[in-house]
Amino acid sequence: MNTSALILMVTVQLTVTIFTIYFFVKVLRTPPKQEPDSYDENDDVPRV
Amino acid sequence: MSSNKEAWGTRVGLILAMAGNAVGLGNFLRFPVQAVQNGGGAFIIPYIVCFLLMGIPLLWIEWTMGRFGGKYKNHSTPFILDTMGKWRFWKYFGVFGIFTNVAVAAYYCYIESWTMSYVYHSIIGTFNGLGQGEVADFFNRYLTIGKSTTGIPYEAVVFYVLCLLLNTYILSRGLKGVEKAAKIGVPLLLVFGGFLAIRGLTLGTTGATPAHPDASAWDGLNFLWTPQFDSLSNPTVWLAAAGQMFFTLSVGMGTVHCYSSYLKAKDDIALNAVSAGFMNEFVEVVLGSLIVIPIAAGYLGIDWVKENAGFGMAFQTMPYLFDQWGSVISNLAGVFWFGLLFFAGITSSLAMGTPWMGFMQDEFSFKRNSAAWSFGALILFIGLPTVLIYQVAENGVVDQIFFNEYDYWAGTMSLVVFALAEAILFAWIFGLKRGWPELLSGADIKVPVVFKYIMTFITPLLLAVVFLGSLFLPEGGDWATALQNVGNGWELDNGSIIKMLQNSGIKETIASATDPDQIAVLRQKMHFINAARLLLISLFAGISILVYVAYIKRKKSNLQTSAV
Repeated sequence: MNTSALILMVTVQLTVTIFTIYFFVKVLRTPPKQEPDSYDENDDVPRV
Repeated sequence: MSSNKEAWGTRVGLILAMAGNAVGLGNFLRFPVQAVQNGGGAFIIPYIVCFLLMGIPLLWIEWTMGRFGGKYKNHSTPFILDTMGKWRFWKYFGVFGIFTNVAVAAYYCYIESWTMSYVYHSIIGTFNGLGQGEVADFFNRYLTIGKSTTGIPYEAVVFYVLCLLLNTYILSRGLKGVEKAAKIGVPLLLVFGGFLAIRGLTLGTTGATPAHPDASAWDGLNFLWTPQFDSLSNPTVWLAAAGQMFFTLSVGMGTVHCYSSYLKAKDDIALNAVSAGFMNEFVEVVLGSLIVIPIAAGYLGIDWVKENAGFGMAFQTMPYLFDQWGSVISNLAGVFWFGLLFFAGITSSLAMGTPWMGFMQDEFSFKRNSAAWSFGALILFIGLPTVLIYQVAENGVVDQIFFNEYDYWAGTMSLVVFALAEAILFAWIFGLKRGWPELLSGADIKVPVVFKYIMTFITPLLLAVVFLGSLFLPEGGDWATALQNVGNGWELDNGSIIKMLQNSGIKETIASATDPDQIAVLRQKMHFINAARLLLISLFAGISILVYVAYIKRKKSNLQTSAV
């Protein structure tokens, strides 16, 4: 590969990968909101 | 009274479902081809600019509109838009958010069924030992439904119906079914894509043969990534980048609104939207660019890729290329490639079913099962012509007339029209004064305030440019020349909306044809084109009538339809 193509490819792909991981990890680490929230798998009492 | 009691199971499930909705066949097939045709590495610059100025803002707009509409128990765009604008007409604009999904799902499920069939053929080793021409011919024979490739009569129809049954069954399980499919499909897609991307990245010159002595995967990557900065001043490249943004993020369809409408006001949408959006970008920019083009260039040479880069490569060329890896790995690679396309497809087609289901559950008290099966039946009715109606050229290539019409009007133009309308509605009618706090409610990230101005001015402007660019597409799509010679008139391309409406392209071909048999075939094609458009118009009108009936029902029961 030529240098300019390699630099652009690595820069773009790394940036996109880092942002993807960063946002997804942020989702996983953010504590859930107080019940009742939008998601029912963590409900203490099943929804009717 | 709405029978809709759906809810997402987990936040990760919602994000994977949203990412699955966005990740589609275009990530692997359309993006690299667009990049190749629009300046290679330079394409990525307008592409990323469009992602920031149009993609992310549109995602936020759609997530916000969906959650806002959901507060009033609306789970499809007609009445979501109705809650946001005083003008009664908005709910009929919202019809696009159901219409597009039904029309696109009709042919999308057909492509999905090809991937199912090709997984099966990869497992049984159908492509082992076949030449490049034979693999391409296999695809054409497959589309010619009367000619079976497995012994199953009407194989293409059988796989189409199977695929539709699978989609409908999963939809009948509700959001939980969609979420489960995404939790299985998206990770598998990443694993399959990762395997093939590593192969594309490490192939180098090992695929060169006496027939293609100069073949090199590096040439493919060079071609894809070498920046040609002069192309940045070409408006065609910018329009192509903006167009790709629509297809890749599944915005302008109504699916994002529908998924988001099941969220509560205190729950985050800002972080969810960027997380799902970046997942799609990862699949497209990282995996999508490392599979088709480098592998094809690695075996057939970059010149072949330049001449033949297109959607058909996935089915007509890739099985032949995989066969060069030896029988066991080739079968595995075939399963991985078509498997990843299948998962990319099904997670998107499931999303397309949910707006119709939400609408029928909300407005006509359909149970989840009935709503899902009514969607399946509608898709079968609208979709069968895409399977059954085609013409075969003398060289064996199959021209899928209904398929192409649906793709252009529903899968391309409707997205732009609806996205433009919703961007104007959100920023200018509903207003950012209310819209911005709606987006920030429950947000788990700080949204830079600059996006407020981007959503108000730049996103609608960009969308208007894309729409006008399609309406007045100049001859050959060459904007640079057209703008330079604007004083000498404006020659429209036959692919512009105006010329497409007039059937100019096919009329010119008929006028220049001399063989009576060829003229008869072309005339038949024009009749089919008109029939496809009539069917699309009837579908739009039918959904509009349902929206009107629903509105009257709401009025009679004094149900609030508008928040403004």
